[in-house]
This record gives sequence, structure tokens and C-alpha cells, in this order.
Amino acid sequence: MITTDICIIGAGPVGLFAVFEAGLLKMRCHLIDALPQVGGQLSEIYPQKPIYDIPGYPSINAQDLVDNLMEQIASFNPGFTLGERVEGLDRQTDGSYIVTTNEGTTVHCQVVVIAGGLGCFEPRKPEIVNLERFEGKGVAYMVKNPEQLRDRRVVLAGGGDSALDWTVFLADVANEVTLVHRSDTFRGAPDSAEKVFNLARQGRINLVLQSTITSINGNGHLQEVSITAKDKTVMTLAADHLIPLFGLTPKLGPIADWGLTIDKSAIHVDTTDYSTNVERIYAIGDINTYPGKLKLILCGFHEAALMCQSAFRYVHPDQKLSFKYTTVNGVPTF
Amino acid sequence: MIQFTIEDRNGERQPIEIPEGINLSLMEVLKASEYNILATCGGMALCATCHVQVLNGLETLPEPQDTELDMLDTLPDADSDSRLACQIRVDDTLEGAIFRIKSEEPV
Repeated sequence: MITTDICIIGAGPVGLFAVFEAGLLKMRCHLIDALPQVGGQLSEIYPQKPIYDIPGYPSINAQDLVDNLMEQIASFNPGFTLGERVEGLDRQTDGSYIVTTNEGTTVHCQVVVIAGGLGCFEPRKPEIVNLERFEGKGVAYMVKNPEQLRDRRVVLAGGGDSALDWTVFLADVANEVTLVHRSDTFRGAPDSAEKVFNLARQGRINLVLQSTITSINGNGHLQEVSITAKDKTVMTLAADHLIPLFGLTPKLGPIADWGLTIDKSAIHVDTTDYSTNVERIYAIGDINTYPGKLKLILCGFHEAALMCQSAFRYVHPDQKLSFKYTTVNGVPTF
Repeated sequence: MIQFTIEDRNGERQPIEIPEGINLSLMEVLKASEYNILATCGGMALCATCHVQVLNGLETLPEPQDTELDMLDTLPDADSDSRLACQIRVDDTLEGAIFRIKSEEPV
């Protein structure tokens, strides 16, 4: 089990900066994020977009801000569990918590800080009859290990870059690749689209355009995919794997079941310290709400600083906190 | 005043009136009108959480740009009458239009 002072759920900019503020107060942090990389929305959605309201930076690219934050917190040696989603939260008799992820990772901490932005980014699921029934039994929303698809019959759905890229890649791996797309054109990278059309012309993949997958079936494992064309004709295709690739959408996830006061996917907090209604659980950044809330990164940074001042009493109950500027002591590490 | 109609996820319609000359997107109007939409990316056509279907008035709206079309292409339930509310400016081209909220309801 991982042991730390503060378990931060969400490794976006606000979660990362919370590590710095915690470190100044000699509190260690471990961060958990459902995404496979740090940076949250910045890295996942708009890494190359400039941000104009970070103090001291007239303009900074989103990914550069994330990189700078990582440099800023490096000396505090935070732990990271990435690509795993927080599932469980168990309060211990002494008030501390054990946080558990979907992969079974456990983190024991004195304080939990939810810095989850708009929640976990989960795969966007199309409306296909029986889809969820076959999750893990032929249906997956990402390709984790292409070797598992070797010599298999694979159907992909979608029209974005992921669908195009994986179609091209799997053409050399799978026994049969079919790409189903609702339109007759692709607006992904032109080079990738051209490769897909070439593979189809060569007969190396099946391209089913102007169509959507409407239902799937099988006996314990996926066996067939029903595809409905725009002209309402239906065809059935034998398949071992279906991979819908329609991007990610944010969801609050299991946090919604933790007894927190939630309104419209946001957690109510006390603005004196950004604590929630549950002792030792704080919420900072876009995931919280209070009168006058602004969903700005810089507001999240402020919230992180105040949260840490409050969390200190749980992590170091026998010590008195005296506030100091970083210009007094610099950045003292552990 | 510019008048258009919003149909929520339950099929209920509500007329909206916006003074002319206000520089807002349809997404901002939806949020200000207490509709439950995420608009994760804040209006950059990067998340599609403000997906709407144009039930009336599609032909009078300005054509979608590449970034909007790119994002719509990734949605499983987008169609030829789909738009992103964040990319639609509220002006007189919206007069009489009817929009249905298509994006998933946030939990």
C-alpha cells in the first residue's frame, strides 16, 4: 500500500500546484488520475492552446504550463498513479482514508483532495444494442495491446484520427479489419484518411461508409456486428472485436457516491478552506462550486493554497502552522 | 430582440429572447439559462459537450468551420443537422431557430 499525507485525485494543473503548496508545509502527496498522463484537460484536450491569464506569463501554451508545474513540484517527489480511476474511499477509525483504484492500487492518506476538474474522462459510447453486455468480451474502447488482436476479426467505428490511425495500424496485425463510419468522408488527418482509402482499394480492409453499428451479438463473447446503412439496409458481419473510437467525455464517476454535497456535477465547498461536507475531504479547481465560483486555473491555484493551510492540522496535528512567504525560506524540500 | 427556441433533453421547449448586439455564443446563452451542459473546453470546439441539433433554421446559420466539423465527426450521434453551440454566435441568423440539446446530461 502506498502511504502519503495527501492523496490528490486529479493530476491537472490545480492538482499539480497543490503538491507545491503542500510541499512548502512539509506534506507529501500522491496523485491519481484516470488519464495516462498528467495535465488533465490541458494535456488531453488543448495542449497547444495558449492561455493568457496565468500571472507572470503574458501567454503560455497549455502543455508548457503543465511541464513547468511538473518542474516546480519535482523537488517534492510526489507519487503518481496514472491511467487508473479512483473507485473506493474507506474512512479508517483514526479519521484517515484508504483510497482504492479500479486496478487495485491502494493509497493510505490523512487527507483526500479532489482536484478532478470535470471528472474522469471516459470513452464516449455510441448507442448500440448490447454494447455494455460485451464490454471486456470483445468490446473495448481503446487498444491497449494490439497483439491481442493479431489474426482476429476486428471492427472499428468512428471517423476521427484514432479510428483512422488504428485502422491503418491493425491492417497489418488483424486477420480482418472493418472500419464503420457514418459519413462518406473523413475529417481526420488527410494523410491518414488517404491511407485508409488506399487500404480499402487494395482490399486489405473493409470500409463501410454512410453506416452505423446498431447492435452486436454473441454467445458469451462478441460474434457478430449489425450495421445499418443510411438507406436502412442492414448487414451482419462476423467479428471477434469491436472498438468504438468516439473520443472521451467527462464523467464525475464514483466520487458522486461518497456522500458529498453535489449540485450539477460540482462539489459544494466552504470557501474558507475549500473543505467539503465530509471531514478531511477537500475539493479544489473546476470540480467545486460556491457562490461566485469562476472556473479558472488561477482560482484553482488560490484554492490549493488555502486548502493546504487547512489540511495541515490533519497531517501534523501536533505542530503549529506559521505562515511564511517563499521569499523567507525559499523552497525547502523534504 | 432575437427569439429562438431551445428543446431540452426531455423534449420540453422554451422560448429564449436575447437583445441584439450581445456578443455571446449559443453555448454561453444555454449555460446562462441554467441548462445543464458541461461545455468542458470553454468554447473552443474541442470537447463536443455542447452538441445541439438544429431542428429549424439550419440553412440560415453561418457554415461550420473546420474545427467544428472535425469535432462533430468524432461524435457517434452527430448528423447533418448537428452543430456545436459554442461555435454559434447569437445574432439575427438565429431568429426563429429551434435547437435541441443533444449532448449527454452531466451526472
